[in-house]
This record gives sequence, C-alpha cells and structure tokens, in this order.
Amino acid sequence: MNNKYYGKLIFELSRQGRVGYSLPNFNYEDAYKMNLPEEQKRQSTTLLPEADELTVVRHYTNMSNNNFGVDTGFYPLGSCTMKYNPKLNEELAQLPSLNIHPLTPDFAAQGCLAIYDETQRLLSEVAGLSQFTLNPYAGAHGELTGLLVIRRYHESRNDSARVKVLVPDSAHGTNPASAAVSGMQVVQVKSLPDGTVDVEDLKTHLGPDVAAMMMTNPNTLGIFERQIPEIARLVHECGGLMYYDGANLNPMLGVCRPGDMGFDVMHINVHKTFSTPHGGGGPGDGPVGVRKGLEQFLPSPVVIAADEYDASDIYFNEDTFCIGESGDTLGSVSGYLGNFAVITRTLSYLLSMGKENIPMAGKLSVLNANYIKERLKDCYLLPIEGLCKHEFVFDGLRPEYGGDHHDDAHVTTLDVAKRLLDYGFHAPTIYFPLLFHEALMIEPTETESKQTLDDFIEVMRQIAVEARDDREMVRTAPHNTPVRRLDDVKAVKEPKFTYKAL
Amino acid sequence: MFKYFPHTSEDIREMLDVIGVKSLEDLYAEIPEELKFKGELNMPSAMSEVEVRQHIQALAEANIVPEECYAGCGVYDHYQPSVVPYITARSEFSTSYTPYQAEISQGTLQYIFEYQTMMADLTGMDISNASMYDGSTATAEAMLMCVANAKKRNKVLVAATFLPQILNVVQTYAHYHGVDVVLVPEKEGVMDKDAAVALLEADDVAGLICCQHNRYGIIEDFTGLAEACHAHKALLAINSVASDLAVLRTPGEWGADIACGDAQSLGIPMGYGGPYIGYLCVKEALVRRMPGRLVGATTDANGQRAFVLTMQAREQHIRREKATSNICTAQGYMCLFVASYLALMGERGLREVNELGYSGAHLLHDKLLETGFFEDAFPGKLFLNEFTLRLKKGVAADFVRHMLECALVLPGVAVADDLLTVAVTEKYGPDSVEDYVESAKIYFSEL
Repeated sequence: MNNKYYGKLIFELSRQGRVGYSLPNFNYEDAYKMNLPEEQKRQSTTLLPEADELTVVRHYTNMSNNNFGVDTGFYPLGSCTMKYNPKLNEELAQLPSLNIHPLTPDFAAQGCLAIYDETQRLLSEVAGLSQFTLNPYAGAHGELTGLLVIRRYHESRNDSARVKVLVPDSAHGTNPASAAVSGMQVVQVKSLPDGTVDVEDLKTHLGPDVAAMMMTNPNTLGIFERQIPEIARLVHECGGLMYYDGANLNPMLGVCRPGDMGFDVMHINVHKTFSTPHGGGGPGDGPVGVRKGLEQFLPSPVVIAADEYDASDIYFNEDTFCIGESGDTLGSVSGYLGNFAVITRTLSYLLSMGKENIPMAGKLSVLNANYIKERLKDCYLLPIEGLCKHEFVFDGLRPEYGGDHHDDAHVTTLDVAKRLLDYGFHAPTIYFPLLFHEALMIEPTETESKQTLDDFIEVMRQIAVEARDDREMVRTAPHNTPVRRLDDVKAVKEPKFTYKAL
Repeated sequence: MFKYFPHTSEDIREMLDVIGVKSLEDLYAEIPEELKFKGELNMPSAMSEVEVRQHIQALAEANIVPEECYAGCGVYDHYQPSVVPYITARSEFSTSYTPYQAEISQGTLQYIFEYQTMMADLTGMDISNASMYDGSTATAEAMLMCVANAKKRNKVLVAATFLPQILNVVQTYAHYHGVDVVLVPEKEGVMDKDAAVALLEADDVAGLICCQHNRYGIIEDFTGLAEACHAHKALLAINSVASDLAVLRTPGEWGADIACGDAQSLGIPMGYGGPYIGYLCVKEALVRRMPGRLVGATTDANGQRAFVLTMQAREQHIRREKATSNICTAQGYMCLFVASYLALMGERGLREVNELGYSGAHLLHDKLLETGFFEDAFPGKLFLNEFTLRLKKGVAADFVRHMLECALVLPGVAVADDLLTVAVTEKYGPDSVEDYVESAKIYFSEL
C-alpha cells in the first residue's frame, strides 16, 4: 500500500476529444443507421469522461495503491473470515469456456451445470445437510432465501400462524433485517452473562406462532452454544425450524456439522468459509442448504441430475443435467444460477482442500484466535474467559491502559482500531456485537502464520502502552495513512454522492 | 503441511502451550461428544494444483461454446476492453473488505463514487447507490421502496412485458412481503398504458414499475405515465438495460422517481449468470428510502477531499429489523468493471456501441424476414439491438440447437415454441449477419 494519497477522480482527468476504446468500423448502408424518434432519444449529454487508455490504466492503478487487501496485509476482522484467496480459484473462474450466456440451452451448458452440481454435493457433505441451492447472491440474500424456505414449509402445511422468528440479541444485524424482509416478526432472545442463549428466556417465547429460531454457532462472541441440542429440541417440539447463520462456520469445519447439531436450514458465506474474495464488498455467494424433507421448497431454478448419474464417477453426457423447478418451490430469488464465477472458485477451493485439510482449517483458526486472546488479555479487557472458537471479543482497553469508561477522555476501541492502521494492519470489527460498550472483535483465520500473529500482538501491546502514555496520539490516529480520520458528520449533513454535487 | 496453512508443528506446540491445552482437539473440549463429527468427510482427498486445474477444465470443456452469441434477454455479449479485466484483477481491489476503514480503502471508495456518478448520470437521476445484486433483485427492491414510501398503500403495478426471470423474483419478494403485485397486461408486445392508467384511478397504488427495453426487445413509450402516476400519488420506476441509456430517453427524462436494472451490459462478462451488478438510482427525495451502501464525499482531518460510506442509519447493521433492506454488501467489486469500462468508452464509445448494435440488429431482422421463414412477432415496433421473430415453421429450440451444433452460433433465445429473441452487439457485423442468415436458410429449407 502506498501512503501517499492519490485522490483524483476520472472526471478530473477527462479532456474533450480523447478516446480509450476502438470498435469495428462496420459499413452499414444508410438505411440501417440508427434512427430513433425524437421523443425516445436521450435529451441530455452525459458527464462520462473522455480519456485515453494509459490515463485510465494509471488512474485505477494509482487508486489501487491506496487500498488495503488480504494480499497486502493482515485482517483480524471478526465475523468476516478474511482468509487468503487462492490464485488458482481466480484462474479457473475465468476460463473462457465458462463464459457462456445464462440462457444457453442445457445440453450446451453441461460443464457449468456439472460445476454447480458438484459444488452443491460437496457443500451438503460439509454441512451435514441434504441439498443446497447456490442461487442466493450473498450471505444476507442467503438468509432471506433460507427464511423463505421456512415460510414456504409452514405455508405448505397451511400453518399461517407462524410469523415469529426468534433471534438472539447477539446476532448479526442481517438476521433481524432478513426476517423483516421475509415478512416475519423478530423476537429477541436474551443472552446469559457468558454470552450464550438464555434457554429460560427462549422458553417464554415458544408457541404456535414461532416459525424459526436463527442462530450462529459458535455465536458472535466466538462461544460455542453448548445448549444447542436442548434449544433445537425445544424449537422443534413447538413446531418451528432451526436456522443456522453460516457466518461462523469456519471453526466447525469437519468437527461439528450444522446438520448434526439439529439445524434444518442454513446459508454459507462462501466468501468467508470457502476463500472467495470479498471484492471490497461483494460479490459473494450465499448457498442455502436444507435437511432431508425440505428440498422441494428450494428456489427456482434448480439443477437436476439424471437418476442414473453417479457423482463419484462424474461421467456425464449432454442429458445428464437439466435446469428445472422444484415441486413446491418458494419462487425465485435470482435471475439465473447465482454468482456462477464465485461458485467455480468455491469448487476449486473445496477440491484443493479435500477431506484432509477442511477439518484442519477449523482447528487452526481456533488455535490462532485463542493464541492472540491469551497473549493480549493483560492489556485488553476480556469479558468472557475460557476457550473461544475462531473469534473472540475484547471490551476495549483495560482501565490501566487508558480504557477506563468512566473517564470521558478514555481511549476508545475506535481509537485503537485507527491506530492499528498506522502499523499496517486492518482494524478488527468494532462496536459489534452490541452486548459491550467497546467491543473489539478479532478473528485471525487459519491462513495467518504465527509470525504475523506475533507481529500483530506486539503492535496491539505497543498501542496499549501508547494509550497509557501518549493518549492524544492514539486519539488522533491514524497518522501515516493516505488520508486521516474522515468527517462522517459532514458526509451526512452535506451529502455529496456524485461528482456533479462536489 | 499444506500450502494454505503456514503452521509448523513447532508453531502449533508453542501456541498450544500459551493457550494451556495439550492438543488441537482439546480446543473443542466444551463441545458435547455426541455432536462431534466422527470419521471422515465423504469427499475426495486433497488434489494438487495440477489435478484441480485438469478437473475443472475438463468440466468446462463439456460446454459448447459458441463463436458468436446472439442471445440477449437481459444479458449481452458486448466487447470488453482488455483494460477492464486487467485493472479488475488487481488484488488490492479484489481481496479487500467492505470499505468501513476509509483511511485505507480510498481505492474502493473512489471507484464506487465514480460508479455512482456515472450511473446517476446515465439514468438521469440524482443519486445511485453502490450496487445491488442483479437487475431482478434491484427491481424487487424498487418495489419494496414504493410500498415503504407510500406507507398505507400496498399495491404495486408491474408491466407484464418484463422478462420472466425478473417477474419471478419480483413476485417472490412481493408474496412473502405481503405486497399486492398487479400485472399490467400486454397489448401488441408492449405494456397496455391505458390499462395502467385505469388501475391508477383507484388511488390505492404505491408505484408502477415498467421496463423500457422489454422481454421482446421492444423499446416502450412512457409518454404521460409519470404525470398519471404522480397525479395519483404513485411512484414511477423504470427498468432499463444500462447500455441503452447513452441513446434512449432516460428514466429521469421520462419523469421516473426510481431507475433500476442490470448493468451487465457495461463491461461485465456473461459468465453463465453472474456476478453481474444491479443498479438502483433515485430522485433526491427518496434517498433515505434507498437500500444498500452509499459512498459520499467529505474531508479528512487535514481538510483534504476523501470518500466514505455514509447514511448508514438506513442499514441493517445499525437499524436491524427496521432497516430499509436486509442487503449488506452487494456487488462492490463489479462497480469497478462498470467504472473502468465507462472511463474508457465515454459517451462517444457507448453511443457507437448502440449504433453498431442497432444497425446489426436491423440488418439481421430484415434479412431473416426476407428468407420467408420468419415474421415479425410484433410488427412496426421500435427496437435497438434486440427483436423477436415468429417462426413460420419448425420449433425455435430445435433451430437454436442446430445452429449451436452445426455452426457454433447461439442464434438467440427460444422464448416460446415459435418465438426467437435475437440480440446483436457491436462484436458482429454484416459478414456475421450474412453467415447467420445463410445457415438459417439452409436449416429451414431442409425442414
């Protein structure tokens, strides 16, 4: 990363008369020249830039130098599983023979359909479920789809009373939002002091109006919900289904599968657990899996394999796969078969990892998280002791390191996060979960080495010392980044969303 | 040892010692034994890089890849300048996270700001968000916006001339969200405007969603619709093919409140369905109802201009169940495809793309009619680069299959037994058109 700020916009580099493209010069007769009726024509000129090719290449290259990515440095970003994005996946996702039109007839798209089918089968095995749809475009989109599966299931039994979704108060923000978009009501379930679901509180909400309970396990504090068999039993007994938010699947890989924990429906964030790049905020893909008996509710289109197809043999012909609709489908959530190029990356990763390495990913991610936790808990406040899974949460700096909440001038979690940027690390997830004032959530993932973790730990300890001895310096961080702390209030009060508005 | 795991056995031992447990398995000591997965996963052993490459390449080669693609229906085989894949492959962009830490994410924030500017400008609207998943979900979100804006109205009119893959998504969202979607019927290949106006009369409609470039390739005329909607306090949303808007009257110029659709046509490969990028643009009054991320300009502590995610109070991580949408991140990276594409093409390039598509499509249309084997599905309608013909004999899907197998040409989309929808992009000129027509002639004359 280059710490010198580039900051120009392409519109500022534009000069009238420059071009950055070349198109064929087909000679069409005048009769075929474009001729639109006046009322259908664009009335205004555009603000699109005029730039030559090198100007465009330099512009975006310079811009990229002001960006941090996994290839640049370490992301201790809780809940986001920022693991290494293997380059083989990129190569294979861009194979020219996969770049076909989505409405290609099935017989000519068997390769794409085979990739979809194979990925679906592997995810089902890893999750301990029966079948996956890969159509949802992102994690939150998967949540919505999974909840619609549940709604469709209740609808198919003519049970219209089930309108409530139970969500722990520590849940990801998308959980309640997805429940609302799916047309259901959100009921919050309390946590115990150790951060796990309060089963007694859960019991008070159970009844014939409960459609589902959404959980992630381990939860957003990185704590395994030991009561999960009891919770699943209670929810099932009252007629609801169990939904697993796959955001925290990584530590459970090959150790404890959602299907075996009693979950009926789940989504996977392949951009977290299965190494596809985050792309500065998408595209991901949010496959949704269901247990046996719920397959018919999955969204259309579905990829159907011929009855005689043997997945272990993978020999197929032009009729092996077809696109269809499942019997009792909830409808459609995507135009086609999801973010297909992301699915290809997922398959490449699953095959590279194989049955031996998938369980190791989970274990090493848990090892890394616990190691950081143990080595920093004398400087940062650890509200919940004990083994964590892939991530854990500090509640800010300890009081003796400038983190005393009662002191108005204390060094906040935001300050620590911003100071980390000066040292070449991304910040952890901050102020989430909402259970603590100064939450600072760390997830290292299995692809980081002990050296990187040791460097990070040293820096975190250094920041704690700085917070104690030179508070103002930390409170005004970052100092060495391309830009300094931004004025968020101004961005809201004087909103400018386009170049024209500047 | 494995290439994605950096841990040596010594590292593992030292780390376990610090944690105070004996083995990696002990890190899971609190998990009840009966929940633990025993045995091994029923999947292949780890494959080497060579083997993974061979395996996936072998699968990919089972596709029949046409040399020329005339399929459209919302996804087009446009030319992609070599700069676009080159720039987008930079891992500083692709491996980065959502730009919450603005100080080290100006690259992402800047290209999204450029994208927002370009899309607002192309659609003739005030503000664009930082992307939706695709054109179908963007249209569904436009529907949810109409209902949220109207407060007490729950009915949304949707043109029956939308592509079925968009209608299916809109109707799914509507069904579970309790929105009453009423399809405005089709008349001679376009939305029946009189029927739409009549439906507005009831004063219970939250919004009308139309498509400018419809399922048959016809460009619809929206004269008078904005006035009719606004007279009845309904919003007007228009879905367009993004690339068309360099030459067509924009949603803003038609008086729309919302513009939505897919921007695949702006530099994004067809890639068997995704990732694409949905766009959603609004007039200023609706900005607080807008779902998704927004990047705004502000200043940093040194007073220099910089960019930041803003207006987050609308979003799920702050508002939870009261958010405008559950959307978290959408297709941020795809904004870079669009921004770099439009930076290269500019207005002139995008206009040329439309002119070439228009000429090619009109030539192919006329030549196919001349063969005597086709007739216009809807004669006399305005189209740009896409049209729908009725086969006088034979079955459209059989023709498509024949052309693919014998000529490596995907001649269009068989949208019904006797209907073929054909799109022509700037990649194909008069010679390609001639070859297409010759192959078609031979096929149908031997039928």
